[in-house]
Amino acid sequence: MRRLPWTILAWAAGLVFFFPVLWMVLTGFKREADAASNPPTWVFTPTLDGYRQVFDRDLTPYLLNSLMASLFSTLLVLVLATPAAYALSLRPVGKWRDALFFFISTKMLPAVAALLPIYLVVKELGMLDNVWTMVILYSAMNLPLAIWMMRSFLLEVPASVLEAAEMDGAGLLVSIRRVLLPIVSPGLAATALICFIFSWNEFFFAVNLTATRAGTAPIFLVGFISSEGLFLARLCAAATLVSLPVVLAGWLAQKQLVRGLSMGAVK
Amino acid sequence: MSSATLEKEAPVRPASKRAGPAASRRDRWSRRAPLLPALIFAIVVTQVPFLVTLYLSTLSWNALRPGSREFTGLSNYATVLSDGRLRAALVNTVVLTASSVVVSVLIGLGLAILLDRKFPGRGVVRTLLITPFLVMPMAAALLWKHAIYNPAYGLINGILGGDTDWVSGYPMVAVVATLVWQWTPFMMLIILAGLQSQSLETLEAARVDGASAWQTFLHITLPYLRPYLELSALLGSIYLVQTFDAVFTITQGGPGTATTNLPYEIYLTTFRKFEYGEAAAAGVVVVIGTIAVATFALRVISGLFKMEVSR
Repeated sequence: MRRLPWTILAWAAGLVFFFPVLWMVLTGFKREADAASNPPTWVFTPTLDGYRQVFDRDLTPYLLNSLMASLFSTLLVLVLATPAAYALSLRPVGKWRDALFFFISTKMLPAVAALLPIYLVVKELGMLDNVWTMVILYSAMNLPLAIWMMRSFLLEVPASVLEAAEMDGAGLLVSIRRVLLPIVSPGLAATALICFIFSWNEFFFAVNLTATRAGTAPIFLVGFISSEGLFLARLCAAATLVSLPVVLAGWLAQKQLVRGLSMGAVK
Repeated sequence: MSSATLEKEAPVRPASKRAGPAASRRDRWSRRAPLLPALIFAIVVTQVPFLVTLYLSTLSWNALRPGSREFTGLSNYATVLSDGRLRAALVNTVVLTASSVVVSVLIGLGLAILLDRKFPGRGVVRTLLITPFLVMPMAAALLWKHAIYNPAYGLINGILGGDTDWVSGYPMVAVVATLVWQWTPFMMLIILAGLQSQSLETLEAARVDGASAWQTFLHITLPYLRPYLELSALLGSIYLVQTFDAVFTITQGGPGTATTNLPYEIYLTTFRKFEYGEAAAAGVVVVIGTIAVATFALRVISGLFKMEVSR
């Protein structure tokens, strides 16, 4: 029974880390008076007032903007990254190693150094406060990650499978569609998930390049706090709502999460 | 760089057997074609802006003064490098990044070891532990600032009593604690994957040879985990060095410049002071610093690939 203390410790650690999230969810269901009380209110009658007020303040368009920016940028990234990953793994170009490291190096360059020119160009093009601007930027942000990840999935495709398809006289496109895609589709899904998470949560470009028309969910949160200062219950309701999609997706796809976060380096 | 081992990893298919320059040229281009859209996209969206930054950094340009847009050579760099603010921001960036990464890797290692054994509800504990990483960073920053650190009704003072203003009293600790809470699960996941790929035979052999659990950990597990620790620290640094949300929300870089890191400082120069030339020069300085660090980082990544292959 000497394992018991370790089990208790593990559970305690899990609960400690989860507690702030739990507190956020609970506070979202409190009345404002209970939310901002000292000592904290542990027992209360749950109310949906916080959530109602969040939707009264028009959360929906911000959620739709986030959804559009995340969904379309994820699609664009997959369309660009999958063939690129193919050209860097199964049928590699001559300098595939250089290309691979070029992509990862773009991820290391600080976004802040690119902000000013991007802002000026976007302004010049009249594309400030436009969802499609965010789609392009989020695609560039996630492209290296997606290429490295997809490459690691493609490298797992057994060479014999492709050769067999070739022997059967299947053309390149047919063997990609019939043989390759079914094998790597779980990898494709995992890559999409990671790209979606990072786009959904992005704040830096969103706060500098969008306002009311194309504002995404994190922008809603910021606007919320500057005008409503102390309404903690409402704030927590809003924070819970905008975090929910990614939290659920991450819970459901825990296995793929590790691989995606390490860009395919850890299986 | 472990180019040789990387080479082995990709199964290089021989080019078309029909010899002849035309065929091989066609082959080369058919190999390149799938790569080009991504390559061009990445160059246009990520490299061209840097060239523009380089150009802007030579201008004296304040957006608030109309017509003030002239070539000044390197004077922006002189301003930026001699300005105490940028140096303070650099120090803050190093402190913030290094302490968040080190603390979250250490806690992540501890948690990974706890989760590496079978116990009732392991899946649930793992799910609980990864949740902070999945919460939107802006939501997390607001939650910590208002629901946890607030002196009047925050959770810490609510439980411990007292009326300490955590954010203005310990601004850097407040920001780092929030980041550590968010990033520890990330570190844990990568280290746990490393622990679980360790061969049980080696561990068993060490036990048979009479090594204590601590000795085994110190001399076998830890060296084995090294690449995983490096990878988690490296990836964590890539993301954390760009920290913006937490600083923007929790401290606004203050009090004074106590928590102003480089991203926040450049943001202030651009959108609060509208000193476009200076902001661009600061950006270039940051990029040069990043390249120096990234060169080292890429070597670590290559090292990890070597390990993957040799396994």
